[in-house]
Amino acid sequence: MLRGLWKLTWIEIKIFLREPLGAIGTIVIPVLVFLVAGRIVGHGLAPTSLAASSFITVGLPVLASVLIAISAVLSLVTIISIYREGGILKRLRATPLRPHTILTAHVIVKLLLTAATLALMVLAGKRYYPSGIHVPLFGFTIALLISTCSILSIGFLIASIVPTARFAQPIGAVIMYPMIAVSGLFVPVEALPPAAQVVAKVVPLTYAVSLLEGIWKGDTWWAHTRDVAALAVVFIVCTALSAKVFRWE
Amino acid sequence: MRPVIRVSAIRKTYGSTVAVDEVSFEVNNGEIFGLIGPNGAGKTTTMECIEGLRTPDRGAISVLGLDPFNDVYQLQERIGVQLQQAQLQKRIKVWEAVDLWASLYRRKASEGERLLEQLGLSDKRNAWFMTLSGGQKQRLFIALALINNPEVVFLDELTTGLDPQARRAIWDLVRGIRERGKTVFLTTHLMEEAERLCDRVAIIEHGRIIDIDKPASLVNRHCPERTVTLATDDRTAAERFRNIPRVEAVICGDSQFTIRGQGDDLVTEVIHCLSENRIRVTDFRTILPTLEDVFLKLTGHSIRD
Repeated sequence: MLRGLWKLTWIEIKIFLREPLGAIGTIVIPVLVFLVAGRIVGHGLAPTSLAASSFITVGLPVLASVLIAISAVLSLVTIISIYREGGILKRLRATPLRPHTILTAHVIVKLLLTAATLALMVLAGKRYYPSGIHVPLFGFTIALLISTCSILSIGFLIASIVPTARFAQPIGAVIMYPMIAVSGLFVPVEALPPAAQVVAKVVPLTYAVSLLEGIWKGDTWWAHTRDVAALAVVFIVCTALSAKVFRWE
Repeated sequence: MRPVIRVSAIRKTYGSTVAVDEVSFEVNNGEIFGLIGPNGAGKTTTMECIEGLRTPDRGAISVLGLDPFNDVYQLQERIGVQLQQAQLQKRIKVWEAVDLWASLYRRKASEGERLLEQLGLSDKRNAWFMTLSGGQKQRLFIALALINNPEVVFLDELTTGLDPQARRAIWDLVRGIRERGKTVFLTTHLMEEAERLCDRVAIIEHGRIIDIDKPASLVNRHCPERTVTLATDDRTAAERFRNIPRVEAVICGDSQFTIRGQGDDLVTEVIHCLSENRIRVTDFRTILPTLEDVFLKLTGHSIRD
């Protein structure tokens, strides 16, 4: 049942853009950070240096994508808990609107914002990439979509169980950000201490990073079936669990 | 008359607290039915069970012939709901909320703009929800509850927190809903509201229904006492008042008299006595018991305690 989905999605986008920090916080700031980081790294190292080019051409885009996805998740967790606390979810529930329609609308809003931020970043970052380098934008977008859906489902699980809006953001951050450390974004998973490698294996973000980096570098999808499968499992498990434990009030 | 809502022996507990216990009643087509009682008496729980938002531990509920648990989506198409302390998105505009709600229902929605006009919200249609006053928010919630042209409208503590003027305006709106042939089920802890608005009321306390009837019948049944106060200089008055049938006490002040007795006829008897004996009065007042007194009598405490 998709009745009301598009209207709700459209209204949620408008509401989001009316928030004083909404558009600036989630779209403008990541792009600015990206530009500044690109400039600093780009100037500090010789353009021909292998490390610099590897970071700029692969590390930075993936890092930026993951950060955008995580900030989308955190904002989703916060919004759902604010809606619950304010009785907005309960009021919506007293209509023929199906629960999953409400949640789908919010996911679409977050995906659209992620896409918009990323598009801006690609435009802004073009100058740092030597012309002629082939970037598989379409494949990367699909990979990011898969990763974001998977990470968003973790966010939903958190949103389903956090007690109050005040805790939503910190709890979300405490769960999401440490994942970055072991995900292979900064240090390759193989270079981590053995214990951390075990953790990395069960952290969904590791598979997202592996998938995003691989696709960005031009790997085939075939080489990353394991990553896609892992992300799909996370998505299914988290969605099923949050459907079970979701609280409306 | 066919009952629109039928509640039989429902019970709902939260942990070891019994919120609603063996509650049964019926609501007839086209009436304004009020569930009245103090905060925490089980009013909202009962209402939310009927709306399908909660499931009673046992007992049966039927609304428009539907089961609120099994047929919840079918039911929600046909009812309108206003929840206690509900909010909308802070920055949603009034017209957007009405537009969204209209899109959620399969059945032909009422004209949103006309509804806003009837509820006096036309000039606020572009305002954000967070900028509305308490009365305006409640009127918007009434608009949302009416958007699908529902057969039964549920209003939970509709006027709590509103000033008397806004309250009166809302009462007129609720009467207007009944005029359109809809059934209204409301909860309130304001006895005046119940008395002025409801065709029938159920008094609930500690999760149990104490009595159900028309407000006037409840008053007559539980509080038959009537009081007349009047002012006269006639020296024979006191003696004559004492001889009126059903008079239980006559208290004389300076030239003030307070006459107490039982039953509706007391006032007529007093007036009859005055005119028969040509007693000249300069003031005449009747003090009638209210639902407030009924509540006090039935529960032993005031509803505000």
